[in-house]
Amino acid sequence: MPILALNGISKRFGTHIALDDVSLSIETGEVVAIIGRSGSGKTSLLRCINGLEVPDSGEILFDGHRVERSRAGLRALRREIGIVFQSFNLFPHLTVEGNITLGLTEAKGVPLEEARKRARDVLRQVGLEDKIGAVPLRLSGGQQQRVAIARSLAMQPRLMLFDEITSALDPELVGEVINVLEKLATDGMTMILVTHEMGFARAAADTLVFMHEGRIREKGPPSRLFAAPVTTELANFIDAILPAGPHISHVFG
Amino acid sequence: MNRTFELSEFLFVAAAVRWTLLLSLVAFLGGGIVGLLIAIMRTTHNRALRLVTAGYIQLFQGTPVLMQLFLFYYGFAVLFDMQVDAWPAVALAFTLYSGAFLGEIWRGSIQAIPRTQWEASACLSLSYVQQLRFVILPQAMRISIPPTVGFLVQLIKGTSIASIIGFVELTRAGQLMVNVTFQPMIVYPVVAALYFAVCWPLSLLSRFLERRIDADLGIKRHL
Amino acid sequence: MHYAFHFNVVWDHWRELAEGGLLTIRLSALAMAIGLAVATVCAYAKAAGPSPLRWTIAAYIELIRNTPFLVQIFIIYFSLPALGVSVEANQAALAAMVVNFGAYGTEILRAGIESISHGQIDAGRALGLTRLQTFRYVVLFPALKTVFPALASQFILLMLASSIVSAISAVELTAVTNSLQSTTFRPFEFYFVATGLYLGMALGFRAVLGGVYWMVFVRGQRS
Repeated sequence: MPILALNGISKRFGTHIALDDVSLSIETGEVVAIIGRSGSGKTSLLRCINGLEVPDSGEILFDGHRVERSRAGLRALRREIGIVFQSFNLFPHLTVEGNITLGLTEAKGVPLEEARKRARDVLRQVGLEDKIGAVPLRLSGGQQQRVAIARSLAMQPRLMLFDEITSALDPELVGEVINVLEKLATDGMTMILVTHEMGFARAAADTLVFMHEGRIREKGPPSRLFAAPVTTELANFIDAILPAGPHISHVFG
Repeated sequence: MNRTFELSEFLFVAAAVRWTLLLSLVAFLGGGIVGLLIAIMRTTHNRALRLVTAGYIQLFQGTPVLMQLFLFYYGFAVLFDMQVDAWPAVALAFTLYSGAFLGEIWRGSIQAIPRTQWEASACLSLSYVQQLRFVILPQAMRISIPPTVGFLVQLIKGTSIASIIGFVELTRAGQLMVNVTFQPMIVYPVVAALYFAVCWPLSLLSRFLERRIDADLGIKRHL
Repeated sequence: MHYAFHFNVVWDHWRELAEGGLLTIRLSALAMAIGLAVATVCAYAKAAGPSPLRWTIAAYIELIRNTPFLVQIFIIYFSLPALGVSVEANQAALAAMVVNFGAYGTEILRAGIESISHGQIDAGRALGLTRLQTFRYVVLFPALKTVFPALASQFILLMLASSIVSAISAVELTAVTNSLQSTTFRPFEFYFVATGLYLGMALGFRAVLGGVYWMVFVRGQRS
């Protein structure tokens, strides 16, 4: 049974149709990369999954159960689904440790000592154990993003969402975050990433989803999609990215 | 028999500063509690609460303080057919007045916290109360300190209006001394100087804190 | 509460109340106009004048902002005769309101002026405008547009503060209300209605000022 199933999701903002009858199902341990132009609906789709946006129609099933729209239902859902944002969204008034333990102690009722231990563990996983007492403002973008990943990871979610988490980073800081993502994938985390990192998608994603104007146009293994796009939209998209530099031309076969 | 304004007259006036400060403190603390409730109610999803508190704020910010005092002191005495002492009436009026202004300041501070902080804390499955308590209010309080101190100055100055209904604070003490010495051109500047001595340091503190917090947040601001 | 409301008594005196309201509006509007002129001059002097003048104006602003309006009124009311000017209460009230608004207005305008980048000013001079012309067209007009909301709020605060001039027996709405309630023994009804009138005037001022903004800065710019 798929861990997440989206059936016929539609969403519009005013006259703009963000999502048009989108359906997708994801298995446990699957890594899904969603690509597409700005405005193609990628972020809207992600935000519908953990309840940040409410679809106009369609249903979302997590673990086979319909997602409950009540406050308690959403809180229960968000204990299982974690999200990392493009602009990190760390809490600036708390230390790195505080950022991580807050959700554990308040939302999950974990005792403080155990929460701190878990904080150390996840920080070790992202390579920032020595920054446990630091204040977010003092960290680089790449470090803040890794803390954001650790914060989400500490809640032990069964599914993690990533919304263009490298797009706001200086190029030299992207690598350290990608490394963490690759490790998460190898460790078996179920991940859905909206991303522009084609290299990562090719290497680590099980499934590539190409969205265009609110609909899924192509879906399948990245190697197949990059080498032989079926739709002209995807072909154009790949062409548009290619001039970005020879360093990613190897991605496209 | 005329007295001239000498040391004992000055001391009488200076001693009245404590009533000004006491009234300001009571109104500030009471208004703080009211203001916090109002700020939270102004930022909930409940439309009715938002409208009611908006009306409350509009009422106290859109009418003269003197009128509010008259209503509480003379008006309510007749309404409830009881003797209203100056202290409770004045304290209540200034508390509600402060509550409106502080509520508006703190509402602004809460709304200045980016929506992304609400989202990030919600996605950690925190409840609304937990979001306010651990993420939003701590940040909002910090940026609200300069305007809050600024309002304290406004409040201290505002208490001078209580003199009009005979409440004895600094301004009233000055009036009493003028009645006795017939030297308004000495007494009132002295009264003004005493207010200045209290208010100016607070104004400077407010501006200093604002610069400090802006620097921390990495913002450059024209002052 | 066994009080029987008698609002009809208030209605019997509607004419006096209306006159009081008009007096308040006239007084406030006049004070605003003169006060704005004073503020403009002071803002220009503070931005471009010689050091001693800048310091004097800064001191004036700090004094006004850190002392109560009521005390300022007393000082002006009693000092004008000493300067050889014999005034009636309403004229002294006007003077006090102009002095008070001038200080706050200067600060508001100053913030607006400083928000105009030097590039604009250089462009103005490069086009051959004199310093004064540059100030008028390149700096003042855009600055006014930016700070108009803050100025509008300050105007309304001034109108509400005008109620305090009743303390020196100037004639405006509060003074009229006071005398009416004392002769009819209906303090609650009169103060209640007067408060409503002030609220109405505050909302009215806001609407009118919004219209002025639109006329001068929005529609006027479209040509």
